[in-house]
Amino acid sequence: MIEGLQRLGRATLFWFNRLGRATLFLLRLLGALAALGKRPGLIVKQLYSVGVLSLPIIAMSGLFVGMVLGLQGYANLVDFGATSSLGTVVALSLVRELGPVLAALLYAARAGSALTAEIGLMKVTEQLAAMQMMAVDPFARVFAPRFVAGVIAMPLLAGIFTAIGILGGYFVAVQQLGVDSGAFWSQMQAAVRLVDDVINGVVVKSAVFGWIANWIAVFEGYDAIPTSEGISLATTRTVVNTALVVLALDFVLTAIFFGA
Amino acid sequence: MGTLKKLELAVGIFVALGLAAFFMLAMKVSNIADLGEDKGYKITARFENIGGLKVRAPVTMGGVRIGRVVGIDLDTRSYEAVVTLSIEPKYDRLPADSSASILTSGVLGEQYVGLEPGGMDEYLKNGGSLKLTQSALVLEKLIGRMLTNAASGDQPPAKTP
Repeated sequence: MIEGLQRLGRATLFWFNRLGRATLFLLRLLGALAALGKRPGLIVKQLYSVGVLSLPIIAMSGLFVGMVLGLQGYANLVDFGATSSLGTVVALSLVRELGPVLAALLYAARAGSALTAEIGLMKVTEQLAAMQMMAVDPFARVFAPRFVAGVIAMPLLAGIFTAIGILGGYFVAVQQLGVDSGAFWSQMQAAVRLVDDVINGVVVKSAVFGWIANWIAVFEGYDAIPTSEGISLATTRTVVNTALVVLALDFVLTAIFFGA
Repeated sequence: MGTLKKLELAVGIFVALGLAAFFMLAMKVSNIADLGEDKGYKITARFENIGGLKVRAPVTMGGVRIGRVVGIDLDTRSYEAVVTLSIEPKYDRLPADSSASILTSGVLGEQYVGLEPGGMDEYLKNGGSLKLTQSALVLEKLIGRMLTNAASGDQPPAKTP
C-alpha cells in the first residue's frame, strides 16, 4: 500500500520533472533563435528534410482521405437527395479537423521520429558534447534550426494536405459519382468561411500542432538516455506523445473555435 | 554547390506549393467575397416567430440573394423578434412597403428571408423597417392546427391569418 503510493508519487515527480526540463529546454531554444538569424541556411537545410521529404506521404494521404470522404459522404447523403452538399461535407471536415490533425500525426511519424533519432544519436556519439567543447552552442546550431524549420513546414504541409484532399473528394464526387460540379464548389464556398474555417482551422491549428510536435521531437532527442535502447525509447515516445497531445489539443481548439 | 542549389530549389518548390494550397483554400474553397460584406445598408423587420432563422442567413428577392441577416434580437416590450438585414448597396431601390417572410429552401434546407416588392415610390433607406412580415412556419403549430381542424368534424377549415 505504502509502496504503491510511493511509486505513484515517484511517477508524478518524474513526470513533472520532465515537463519542467522540457519547458526550460524550450526557453533556451527560443533564446537561441536570435543567433539563427545570422545563418538562415541552416533552416533551409532542415526545411528540406522535414518539409520536402514529408511531401509524398502528406500528398498521398491527403488524396486518399479526400477520396474516402467523397465516397462515404455520397453514400450517406444520397439517401436524402442531398448530394449537392457533398462539397460542404468534404471541405468542412478537411479544413476544420482532418487536414491539420492528420497532417500533424503523419508529420510526427515521418519527421518527428527522424528528428528525435538524429539528435539522440548525436548525443550518443557525443557530437553535442564535442560542439560544446568547441564553443559551438548546440541550441543555436542543432536544435533551433530543426525546431524553426518544423514550425514553418507544418502549416504548409497541412495546407497541402487539405487542398489535395478536397481535390481528391472532387475527383470522386464529380468525376466518378456524377455530382454536379457547380453545386459541389458553390455549396462549399457558401459554407466555408475564410477566417472562421480556413484561418482558424488549417492555419492556427497546424501552427499550434507544429509547435508541439517539434518541441516534443527535439526535446525527446535531447533528453534521450544515451544508449541504443534509449534512442528507440525516445523515438517511440515522440510519436506516442505527439499523437496524444495533438488529439487532446485538437479537442480544446475545436471547443474554442467551433464549440459555441 | 550543385547539391545546395538543388536543395534550395526543392525547398522553394515546397514553400510555393504550400502557399498555392492556401491560395486555393482561400479563393476556391471559401467565400473570400464575404470579407467585404458589411458595406450594405441595414433595415429591420419584426416577426412574431422566426423559427430556425440564423444570423448570416441569406436575404433574397425574387430568388436572388441581395443581402444577409446580420442580427436577431427580441423586443422585450412587444415580444417580437427583431431581425436586422444588411442589403447590398447596389439594391437601393426597394419599395418602402415591401414585405418580408421567412421561408425554407427545400424540405431540410436552411431558412432565409424572402422579400416581396411593394408598390410605393419611396425606397427603403438605412435604418428603415419593413412593416409587413410573415412569420416562419413552425411545423408543430401547423400539425396542431390540422389536428384541431380534423377533430372539429367536416366543417370547412377555419381561415387563419
